[in-house]
Amino acid sequence: MIHLAVDAGWGLTLGIKTVIVLGLIPLGALILGYTFLLKMMSHMQSRLGPMEAGPHGTLQLVADGVKFLQKEDIMPAESDRYVFAIAPAVVVMSTFLIFIVIPAGPKLVVDNLDVGVFYALAVSSLSVVGVLMAGWSSANKFALLGALRAAAQLIAYELPLLLAVVGVVMQAGTMDLQGIVGAQANGSIFGWSGIGNPFILTQFVGFGLFLVASQAELTQTPFDMPVAESELVSGYMVEYTGFRFLFFFIGEFGTAFAFAALAATLFLGGWAIPGVTNTGLMEVLGPIVLFTKLMIVAFLMFWVRFTYPRLREDQLQALAWKVLIPVALANILITGIFKVAF
Amino acid sequence: MARLRKPKLPGLIGGLGITFKTMLKGNVTVQYPHEREDPAPRARGVIALKEENCTVCMLCARQCPDWCIYIEGHKEKRPPRREGGRERTVSVLDRFDIDYALCMYCGICVEVCPFDALHWSPEYEYSEFRIAPLLHDKVKLGEWEATVPETEPLELGAEVKGKK
Amino acid sequence: MSTTDTPMPRLPELEVDRRAWRHLADAAVGVELDTGDMILNLGPQHPATHGTLRLVVRLDGERVLAADPVIGYMHRGYEKLTEVRSYPQITTLINRIDWLSSFANEVPFIHGAEKLMSIEAPPRAQYIRTILTELSRIATFVLFLGEMGLQLGALTPAFWGFRDREHVLNLIEGVTGGRFHPNFNRIGGIKDDLPWGWINETRNVMKIVIDACVDFENVLAGNEIFEARTRSIGIIPGGLGAAYGVSGSNLRASGVDWDLRRDGKPYLAYPELDFKVWTHPDGDSWSRYWVRLQETRESALMVLQLLDQLPSGPIMAKVPRIIKVPEGEIWVETENPLGQMGYYIVSKGATGPFRVKIRSASFSNVSILPWLLRGVYVPDVITILASLYFILGDIDR
Repeated sequence: MIHLAVDAGWGLTLGIKTVIVLGLIPLGALILGYTFLLKMMSHMQSRLGPMEAGPHGTLQLVADGVKFLQKEDIMPAESDRYVFAIAPAVVVMSTFLIFIVIPAGPKLVVDNLDVGVFYALAVSSLSVVGVLMAGWSSANKFALLGALRAAAQLIAYELPLLLAVVGVVMQAGTMDLQGIVGAQANGSIFGWSGIGNPFILTQFVGFGLFLVASQAELTQTPFDMPVAESELVSGYMVEYTGFRFLFFFIGEFGTAFAFAALAATLFLGGWAIPGVTNTGLMEVLGPIVLFTKLMIVAFLMFWVRFTYPRLREDQLQALAWKVLIPVALANILITGIFKVAF
Repeated sequence: MARLRKPKLPGLIGGLGITFKTMLKGNVTVQYPHEREDPAPRARGVIALKEENCTVCMLCARQCPDWCIYIEGHKEKRPPRREGGRERTVSVLDRFDIDYALCMYCGICVEVCPFDALHWSPEYEYSEFRIAPLLHDKVKLGEWEATVPETEPLELGAEVKGKK
Repeated sequence: MSTTDTPMPRLPELEVDRRAWRHLADAAVGVELDTGDMILNLGPQHPATHGTLRLVVRLDGERVLAADPVIGYMHRGYEKLTEVRSYPQITTLINRIDWLSSFANEVPFIHGAEKLMSIEAPPRAQYIRTILTELSRIATFVLFLGEMGLQLGALTPAFWGFRDREHVLNLIEGVTGGRFHPNFNRIGGIKDDLPWGWINETRNVMKIVIDACVDFENVLAGNEIFEARTRSIGIIPGGLGAAYGVSGSNLRASGVDWDLRRDGKPYLAYPELDFKVWTHPDGDSWSRYWVRLQETRESALMVLQLLDQLPSGPIMAKVPRIIKVPEGEIWVETENPLGQMGYYIVSKGATGPFRVKIRSASFSNVSILPWLLRGVYVPDVITILASLYFILGDIDR
């Protein structure tokens, strides 16, 4: 439970948690979107990016959000109206659900479930349903093509994502995220506990797999066939305008935020600084540390996104089933051997 | 038969390296309108008219591929230059409009004018909110004359010094 | 002057697959709707079709069963326009056929008119024309190198393509006054001479271009994902390509060693230049990208050579004030960046031609699409369209 200065009732605590999570998603999306999409991508392309709205364009996404909100809500005449309207909400809902288990401090977590990481990955796959709903109800062949590609891709890459994390779970001995953070902070490498035991050192294969698979889960280049801009022009999102498109946009970057936070927690040590055990201090510093680590992971993800062309659908599937899953299984095997041997 | 050059690092890593390097290298954006990039002196921005040279010969209006130059003139009688001579007739320019909504910026009018009345100027900031003001009349075209650059020197090996 | 004084240049031995001709008849507009197949309209407005090309494909899942390009959305009636214009006016208009390499469009037309008048442009004019043609080739290809990556999903190289093209456009503006539409050729020579300092600037820009080629090679041509997307995609057999009229880098990437700058009738300053014609034995999209990459570098080296050898002298031959081209007909073809471009000029002695027939490269390059797109996946359609590199203005004129 969130530790508050004042002892509040059950309802108020729930209300505050809801508000924080609801506010965190767009904020996270905004920060990631600005830093990586607007500024990092621009600099990689030898240009400046937005500079007019706010100092150095910081308010550009806010302006974009307001612009989207005031657009006309167009629904294609032949579309399935109810499904069309609900689909963005389904996609964003899965993002919100991931944030429930990610810890930002010793007590700063909405609800530390025992099956933390399992739950997080399970709910992230709910977005597939939303994508299919969006593509089908758009009554548009391009959207349908995009949605079918997305469904196949997202399902295929669930497995490497999950299997990559199994190695971490085996090493930490627990599935709940606070436990994993603790195992990393309090662990030691061959007896030396200077920097704890961030699992990226031993589970580097898992880290790589997680990054690749989360890139695919977010339908980012090189796996952005469903949203291939130069072919399907936004794929399953093509018929969406106004605030429904804003939902998809927030969903995409919010999920990137969530996956980066997950990767930082699982592999880089989460909110903990090894050696610092002052819980009061960590309540304040924890979110900042987590933020820094997740920005590093997000930098890697977006760096790859802006450099590579996209893989074709069958090559993508071949990569998942023929390369990533065997590597992940081998990783689990080797982790198991090491776990038993040492 | 051409040889392929095998990149040294696996291509994926090399690509990432170049993107990273470009990110750090600096950008090429000129933030218009705060900063301006000056075009070359020969740039075809706008056409300027020197009214005193124009003899209303209509060559430019005839040669324009778009027929965007509108010329009207009339003949006037002037007193003879010396005593006992004939009266001279001169052509006076009434109307000389260039419609920049149609103009292709090809430069044929500037080239064919035998009296050097039309010149190119690199000015380009004359956009309007409506199409009507894009028809520049005699007075406006005369104002552009001030922006016409001097004839510039040519490269070594050129036969004619300066351009027309 | 008749067109049959020199024999037709020899093309390599062609092996035409008779089955290939069957598909020309299949490519009728109005593909029938069968049950189980889906008709997808890569409509006139689409990011991948380089303009207003409509591609009606019949899909089975993600596989293309039949494809039918519908062109003409950008037809501007050039050949009719030329009937009522004079030669300087036409020079202005034909800049806009292939708008990315606009100088190269003027060259065959002016060359043809000069041949009909039996006028030779002075050597300095020929050299400057060649330099500008090669600069426009570099401008086009650098953009291609970037935007083929864009079609495949790599956002970044596209911007680098535009950035490096800017340098070349600034050079062209420095000489001609126009970035995109130079309108610089005149019958008998060129309009102006080079401004002071231009030669040094050009040398610097060529260095930038050569460095940029290395960047493109590492980011795209050497990238494993790019190779996976483009290798063995859209293979054009050399003989079939020549039979369809595919020309330029597309044909050279199929192994046909044919370049009009070296093998056709001599024009401009090419006979005095030492350059290499790049070919590649595979005929796939990767080799088309690779050949254009090498040709960009080669063009930069050619410009440097031309600048070293630039003769001094006049830039305009003696021409009468009112230019009337004597009666006759002529066919002139040149190696444009997009392929082989040709003009058939019929003159009846007036200030303008009687009839001009424009043979544009992209029109023939696109004619191979129904054959080429059978059995490929939808993403491969995009790859093939990007690698063939046609410009709609060139297809539709």
